[in-house]
Amino acid sequence: MAEKNVNEKQTFVVYVEDKPGVLNRVASLFRRRAFNIESLTVGHTERPGVSRMTIVVNADDMTARRIEANLYKLVNVLRVENVTHEPTVVRDLALVKVRVGSDTRAQVLQIADVFRARVVDFNNDSVIVEVTGTESKVESLIDVLRPYGIIEMVRTGIVAMGRGPDAPAISPEFVSARVPEEAVAR
Amino acid sequence: MKRTGAQIIWEVLTREGVEIVFGYPGGAILPTYDAMLDYPVRHVLTRHEQGAAHAADGYARASGKVGVAMATSGPGATNLVTGIATAMMDSSPIVCITGQVASGAIGSDAFQETDVTGITLPITKHNYLVTRTEDIGPTLREAFYIARSGRPGPVLVDIAKDAQQGTVDWEWDDTPVSLPGYRPDLRVLPDEIKRAVELINAAERPVILAGHGVIMSGAMSVLREFVEKTQIPVAVTLLGIGGFPASHPLNLGMMGMHGEAWVNTAIQEADLLLAFGMRFDDRVTGNLKTYAPYARKIHVDIDPSEINKNVRVDVGIVGDLRETLETLLPAVEAGDRKAWLEYIDELKGDSAVRDIQRLPDSGHLYTAHVINDLWHYTNGEALVVTDVGQHQMWEAQYYRHDKPRTLITSGGLGTMGFGLPAAIGAKFARPDAEVWAIVGDGGFQMTASELSTCAQEGIKINIAVINNNFLGMVRQWQEFFYKRRYAATPMHNPDFIKLAEAHGLTGLRCTSRGEIEKVVRQAQETEGTVLIEFQVEREDAVYPMVPAGADLHAMIRRPQPRAGTADDPA
Repeated sequence: MAEKNVNEKQTFVVYVEDKPGVLNRVASLFRRRAFNIESLTVGHTERPGVSRMTIVVNADDMTARRIEANLYKLVNVLRVENVTHEPTVVRDLALVKVRVGSDTRAQVLQIADVFRARVVDFNNDSVIVEVTGTESKVESLIDVLRPYGIIEMVRTGIVAMGRGPDAPAISPEFVSARVPEEAVAR
Repeated sequence: MKRTGAQIIWEVLTREGVEIVFGYPGGAILPTYDAMLDYPVRHVLTRHEQGAAHAADGYARASGKVGVAMATSGPGATNLVTGIATAMMDSSPIVCITGQVASGAIGSDAFQETDVTGITLPITKHNYLVTRTEDIGPTLREAFYIARSGRPGPVLVDIAKDAQQGTVDWEWDDTPVSLPGYRPDLRVLPDEIKRAVELINAAERPVILAGHGVIMSGAMSVLREFVEKTQIPVAVTLLGIGGFPASHPLNLGMMGMHGEAWVNTAIQEADLLLAFGMRFDDRVTGNLKTYAPYARKIHVDIDPSEINKNVRVDVGIVGDLRETLETLLPAVEAGDRKAWLEYIDELKGDSAVRDIQRLPDSGHLYTAHVINDLWHYTNGEALVVTDVGQHQMWEAQYYRHDKPRTLITSGGLGTMGFGLPAAIGAKFARPDAEVWAIVGDGGFQMTASELSTCAQEGIKINIAVINNNFLGMVRQWQEFFYKRRYAATPMHNPDFIKLAEAHGLTGLRCTSRGEIEKVVRQAQETEGTVLIEFQVEREDAVYPMVPAGADLHAMIRRPQPRAGTADDPA
């Protein structure tokens, strides 16, 4: 039985109807079933009336299947795609306000440059660095900037998209019941 | 045609086949109550909104149709909550309609405003807040569709007062409801059927676990064919009782915490479990780590999220149980499982000796006697609605149900106070049935105000109050696990006979086994609702019992009767 039981970060792309309270329904589901949300982002899609969420959860593969099945039980959820094991572009964006002085400004700018981050605000005492990338890249930059003094910071949480020309159908006719493959193979 | 929102509500309800609504009026739902008088719908005024929700639930379970409860905003809506949660846990299709303050006042802490869609979000299958008159019709149609399709459940529709009062052009529209994110028609995959058939044909010690899904999908007769062809014995869950005839030789009885000893032992020794429309609740599995250790498992359920939730299974089939069994039936081999069945018969022998039914009449009245005799004097044909507690478990053990929808009980949530109002709802669903509400003295008093409803509506039900002057099941736990320290379980009760009489109903009392027939016959012959108080042994316990979280085979058994004790006055 080849089964991974270690907790890992699972990433879901979820299409939902853009209606009042849908975010609450999704969040409430994770809360009451004791699934641990790492990150949740939501925004519009190319189709009016449909929003797209990227949800990152700490879970093993079996729990991930249960999350998927439970999400499908919500009437406003159109499609759930677990992209954890798919080739995916994953991005997080952070704005980091760093304290600078005449002695450290150049160093901070250089660091930003190395991380392909942009400086979007600049004055005598601070700069705001905007960085986009995988979570680990963003975290590395934050680690490097921390000794200079981070005044404040904001992160969007991650968004994800599968590579290649295809996209998951937003509202497929038939969704096969998701029974864990490990159980099937036994 | 121009109609008010209130009129649209009743148009949709009557089109959906609703003939009866259980409810309680109030400010924010008044426009709807006013419009009600022009429609052919009977309204039953319960004495508390919780009673309305339970009655709608009882109606739904007795009829298989959607039950409807109605309440006003604020406290009216919050009083429904226990009833909604009860229906959710037992997958019962009800639609609750609540009034809400006018849309402009929402969010302002207006008088009797409460966020009922927020409150009921985790305990409904789905819910809606409607603030525009034109949305009322389509929303209510969706509500009925969602409540009854797939895995049924409660749906709440909260309708702002101004939406009820507004007027729009509206006609009933027959086109099927289409919800892009809701797909209740899950198709069974042939691959899974094939693997299930292989396991079934190879099994030497299989047991079927039949749950509520058997009844809800109408799979009774195909299950029977399947069982008779394969000779696989059936264990039932509490809510599965009636899905397979109790009198059938292959029906082993109830499983779980208060299941029969031989049933639990058979499950623990089985090499294959076929879970049909049940969800491996902790009350039927006991300790999951030691549950059915030798068994492969096939799980058929309409809800994909139930597969592998509690118990890891080898084959998970998501779909309608009746359809699944119809597919499986021709594919499985006719079986001969004589050795296994004979072994289970042997297991039964020991338990039968301990059975309280074998005890001589010692002058003490045991609930098991009451239930057994009631079964006898109702020819096993009553529609029984129970409350929650010891009497509920004794009912499940000693009333032998042969037909579906003849036992209505709160399983998942275990809601005390469910019995009487649910019995009222069941009586309206099946007016010709002999309805018995079997309730404990504790649970009965939680919703005893519904005696007024029985009197006002002029309905005939029989209420058996099993009175041991204790919260019996809690007392039993205190006896077993808390050194008989009876914290807050003894009850000083009112005179139940006078209580019935104060409501204009008949009250009878029974204190010995010899009187049971007389009071039951009298209740059957008396017009109107009758309450019988059975004064039973105070400190009797339900056996066998698997302590919560213990191994399923680690049952506490009824002690052997000892000479010279109350159990055996020899």
